[in-house]
Amino acid sequence: MNKVDLAVTDQINSDLPDFGPGDTVAVHAKVVEGDKERIQVFEGVVIKKKGKGINATFTVRKISQGIGVERIFPLHSPRIAKIERLRAGKVRRAKLYYLRGLKGKAARIEEKR
Amino acid sequence: MTGIIGKKIGMTRVFDKTGQRIVVTVIQAGPCYVTEVKTKDIHGYDAVQLGFDEKREKVTTAPLRGIFKKAGVKPLRVLKEFQAFKAESPLKLGDAVKVDVFEEGDQVSVTGVSKGRGFAGTVKRHGFGGGPKTHGQSNRHRAPGSIGQSSYPSRVFKGIGMPGRMGGKKVTVKNLNIVKVDKEKDYLLIEGAVPGHINNYVFINKQ
Repeated sequence: MNKVDLAVTDQINSDLPDFGPGDTVAVHAKVVEGDKERIQVFEGVVIKKKGKGINATFTVRKISQGIGVERIFPLHSPRIAKIERLRAGKVRRAKLYYLRGLKGKAARIEEKR
Repeated sequence: MTGIIGKKIGMTRVFDKTGQRIVVTVIQAGPCYVTEVKTKDIHGYDAVQLGFDEKREKVTTAPLRGIFKKAGVKPLRVLKEFQAFKAESPLKLGDAVKVDVFEEGDQVSVTGVSKGRGFAGTVKRHGFGGGPKTHGQSNRHRAPGSIGQSSYPSRVFKGIGMPGRMGGKKVTVKNLNIVKVDKEKDYLLIEGAVPGHINNYVFINKQ
């Protein structure tokens, strides 16, 4: 590990679940409204993971009211309360950008067994 | 004590209390050692000279060896004078100064030698706009434009931006916040950028 990474080791969240592209996850994100904080769940397919160490992010895609929505989360953000892995997907790509052009049945991902 | 000598290690980012990511520079600050104490009676002003970064005895010149021997410290690569606070406990020869002179939230100024850009044109050096990119332009894209008029003044005014050597100069950046003080690793995390390349020596002064 290089010296810069050593400076931020305390910021790394070590109890993250093992998940990757193609998996369906539920991200429990903390949302601040006024002076109140609540948990908002964003559920969808992980279409990419990128970056290393503190800079790592992942993108979750879901179809909300017929419109595709993608949200990028910093992997080690303290604003994420929990990441649940709901379903393991079987995919042959690391980046599932092809899902953006598909909808309905074609956008399904086979479950890994 | 108002300052410390450090070495730039690199940049990264951290999450603050609200979960926002902020960009920080990691600096290996200290441990520094007092190599000379200047007093008002003898030198006319109060200050301490700090040294940082050990080096081998063999590459140290004899006059410097004497200074380090007197202070009772190993040979050090960088020496720099800092003005001392009168109220604080006076430092003695050979005393160690560590990152704990700073606290999170302190405002500091950081001085260092900026990255050398070599012989740079006016676009990079002075932020000129350059010429038009299209409409049949040839070799005007990064040109400086006119530098003056002909019959009057018939000369180039002083201070006109011209190409030349850029960077490699002493630069001070003020009002930077200290995000974190790592006393175990002697690291300082300072918000934003500081002058110079990685492994550049920087002088950090409390404001």
